[in-house]
Amino acid sequence: MPQPIRLKDHEKDARLVRRRVVVGAVVVLLLTCVLIARLYYLQVIQYEHHTTLAENNRIHVQPIPPTRGLIFDRNGVIIADNRPSFSLTVTRERAGDWQQVLDVVVEALELTAEDRALFEKRMRQGRRPFEPVPILFELSEEQIARIAVNQFRLPGVDVVAQLVRHYPQKGHFAHSVGYVGRINEKELKELDPVNYSGTHHIGKTGVERFYEDLLHGEVGYEEVETNARGRVLRVLKRTDPKPGTDLTLSLDVKLQEAAEQALGGRRGAVVAIEPSTGEVLAMVSQPSFDPNPFVTGIGFKAYAELRDSIDRPLYNRVLRGLYPPGSTIKPMVAVAGLDAGVVTPQSRVFDPGFYQLPGHSHKYRNWNRTGDGSVNLEYAIMRSNDTYFYDLAHKMGVDRMHRYMSLFGLGQKVSLDMFEEAAGLMPSREWKRARYRQPWYPGETLILGIGQGYMQTTPLQLAQAVTLMATRGKWIRPHLLRSAEGKTPQQLMAEEVIEAMETPPDIVLRDPKFWDYGRFGMEQVMHGPRGTARKVGDLALYRIAGKSGTAQVVAIKQGEKYDRSKVQERHRDHALFVAFAPAADPKIAVAVMVENGESGSGVAAPVVKQVIDAWLLGEDGQLKPEYRPPVPVVEEASVSP
Amino acid sequence: MNSNFDRSISDEDVFKRRATLLQRLHIDGWLLLILLALAAGSLFVLYSASGKNWDLLIKQGSSFALGMVGMLVIAQFEPRFMARWVPLAYIFGVGLLVAVEVMGHTAMGATRWINIPGVIRFQPSEFMKIIMPATIAWYLARHNLPPKLRHIAVSLVLILVPFVLILKQPDLGTSLLILASGAFVLFMAGLQWRWIIGAVAAVVPIAVAMWFFVLREYQKQRVLTFLDPESDPLGTGWNIIQSKAAIGSGGVLGKGWLLGTQSHLDFLPESHTDFIIAVLSEEFGLVGVCILLLVYLLLIGRGLFITAQAQTLFGKLLAGSLTMTFFVYVFVNIGMVSGLLPVVGVPLPFISYGGTHLVTLLSGFGILMAIHTHRKWIAQV
Repeated sequence: MPQPIRLKDHEKDARLVRRRVVVGAVVVLLLTCVLIARLYYLQVIQYEHHTTLAENNRIHVQPIPPTRGLIFDRNGVIIADNRPSFSLTVTRERAGDWQQVLDVVVEALELTAEDRALFEKRMRQGRRPFEPVPILFELSEEQIARIAVNQFRLPGVDVVAQLVRHYPQKGHFAHSVGYVGRINEKELKELDPVNYSGTHHIGKTGVERFYEDLLHGEVGYEEVETNARGRVLRVLKRTDPKPGTDLTLSLDVKLQEAAEQALGGRRGAVVAIEPSTGEVLAMVSQPSFDPNPFVTGIGFKAYAELRDSIDRPLYNRVLRGLYPPGSTIKPMVAVAGLDAGVVTPQSRVFDPGFYQLPGHSHKYRNWNRTGDGSVNLEYAIMRSNDTYFYDLAHKMGVDRMHRYMSLFGLGQKVSLDMFEEAAGLMPSREWKRARYRQPWYPGETLILGIGQGYMQTTPLQLAQAVTLMATRGKWIRPHLLRSAEGKTPQQLMAEEVIEAMETPPDIVLRDPKFWDYGRFGMEQVMHGPRGTARKVGDLALYRIAGKSGTAQVVAIKQGEKYDRSKVQERHRDHALFVAFAPAADPKIAVAVMVENGESGSGVAAPVVKQVIDAWLLGEDGQLKPEYRPPVPVVEEASVSP
Repeated sequence: MNSNFDRSISDEDVFKRRATLLQRLHIDGWLLLILLALAAGSLFVLYSASGKNWDLLIKQGSSFALGMVGMLVIAQFEPRFMARWVPLAYIFGVGLLVAVEVMGHTAMGATRWINIPGVIRFQPSEFMKIIMPATIAWYLARHNLPPKLRHIAVSLVLILVPFVLILKQPDLGTSLLILASGAFVLFMAGLQWRWIIGAVAAVVPIAVAMWFFVLREYQKQRVLTFLDPESDPLGTGWNIIQSKAAIGSGGVLGKGWLLGTQSHLDFLPESHTDFIIAVLSEEFGLVGVCILLLVYLLLIGRGLFITAQAQTLFGKLLAGSLTMTFFVYVFVNIGMVSGLLPVVGVPLPFISYGGTHLVTLLSGFGILMAIHTHRKWIAQV
């Protein structure tokens, strides 16, 4: 690169730079003086002040953890509150040989070696330096006294009053509200260390987990002067924490209890949704467990007992339990068939007790071996006629079936704010190719029509599907939160989160009357002359639209112990039932699953009715005034095509 | 009457001048001496600050050794040879920064590293600390001084590209240092005072406008915390409160080596890295810090001397910028730890624990040595 030689500028440039060097040197000297002045100020002028702080006393900034927001049911009954409790804390840095200190604690309180091991584990969960680690909760007065007596042998050990999460409803909401537990190492890494300093618990499951950000609040702090032993002498400055937000859930404690009672000790799940709002009114997974021990740290043995129980109390059947929906989806399939134009309300199928694909010898059986004769859509729903739905499914084909059933939320997460919901499975051609590398066979479409085969749904999805029948296709994601700070869950959640959920669009049928045919079929299930659940429907003070179903239990679940009597019982089909009521103007939609209950209409339907009764009937056993139809309805006047 | 000029230089004279071992090795004795003193002092303070952690000390010692070797290697290169490679290095450096943006390794919420697993992991922004002033120096040295408006504009663009890229990582401390290193070249090149005053005057209205029209609420909050760390007492403010108490309680003479209570026992989580001056101040008092500052001033003085003596314009500008930037390290770190300036992550040069900043700084001094020791050689040609 040729450069012009600039000899004449050379000396001028050098002079310029030299001048700037001098300016730079002056600036450096001046700024150094500023630093020295600052240090002089701190070390000479403020020396006394800092020495006082440093020598006998130290200033500490102590975080003040915010109190966790409370959780109420829709009527203001408390589901989760905070109870003052005395805890034993150890500050590792002040304890010296903390192993030995733990030994003394165990000895003084006469605890077991198991407790000792638990303490050690808690101590090892490192937090900020000098942060007291709570190792034992809910001290009794005697224990506090014993600690006081031994205080001289226990450096770094303190008895402190803390607010500890408490679930007065015990097992009732363990699967929906969830519980908080101690922050573990993994969570510690992901948390905002500032906002969680001083906080020892975090939502682990359910609402507690999903709304952790709201419930937690914002940390406060106080600047305190402590002596050399860490005792607080004086508070210099305090900023109050911002307490967590209280949540009002859509759940109803009374309905929840009624639903649990209706299950009558059987294993199963109940979900009740208010169709107009998507609010979940009850969410039962039985058996349940008491979440309270999980807050303070459940013992290994107690946990093992829960974990290994054959009844699987820790298993959230509502959100995680996957079952073939069985006949419960027939009303939705019927509506889809009408919309797709493959059947009309009047078209009939002759049922000899089985269905055969043209050119195939295999007989697809109706549950009623003798056959129902010539059946139309409404009759097919009422009788849960399999032959009719084999035919319908065959005409629809798997692709359309997949599309329509997905609109009803099957095979995807449907909830707005429930933690750890399973997506279930709505099979399609593509899915089968990817999963099994096999083509789709026509016979597989047939059994989709009666809710069997590869299909896997959760009770929550069934509840949402029947809610869509009740709302005529209006989609609202079911949710547990009713309001917090006067805002709905949709308002509280970030737009992009809601967008990412990809809520299915409202189901718009070619003719809205198609809904009525499906719904009337469901009503006939309960109230029709040959309805499969008429025994239950007859007893109701209002009209119900429902549908029974059976989920086949194919194999014994892995890990279950072989026990002849139990295994046989556990081989029985799961009983399903979905319904909404009052049929004309639905106020509640319910899905029930009774594990190994065998008969949907015989076992699950009465549960559904009890739940609906609990919601619609007043204490006098009559319909609550707000649920009575505005105009007295004559039996025949209901939606009849 | 310049006798020096009149006297013809004989071969013997040249040989005598170049005879000393240091000169033949292109080592500047003063710089080496001061740097060795700082290295020794660093290990001394670090031993206390790290809680007598020998592993850490050995690592720091190795970093010093490695950095010194690197410095001496760099000192062997002729400055004009360096200048030839500057534009390419700049393009390469900016390319790496873009690569960080695209595929960088994220650690602790910031994307600053390029990670080739098993091969190397490094921060491209570190390179820029040297490349930036070299680039501006290279560019301005091609033109007459003081720089014309057009040259200033080009320089600013050259500075702002890496500045913005590093700011986005986000790494405020490093981006400001790089901005400063580029700006110092302009300053050394005689940037007219009216421009300097104008720039400072423009900052204020721009900042005000940004505050009201551009920044979102959470960003404002962050700026406020940055300006007033004590409003965030559990985070950065925590360190400030603690370090002020540590410094203050040191008094004039300090508590003595290994005897600092605040910095050892308390919550100074970065006591051996960015906040090491608090340990030093507590244990050695005002006197100790003043001695350190004196050593720094000697180093800066030597750097400015080299700047004035440098024979090429490129050498002058680069040496001046490197020296002034070094002072920025010192000022920002001590100012920040003593609560005078907002907290940005800038280490105390040569004292804080950490290999990367040592290597970068020592490379800079290697360049200073090269500028100085190759001078006489150039003079003869």
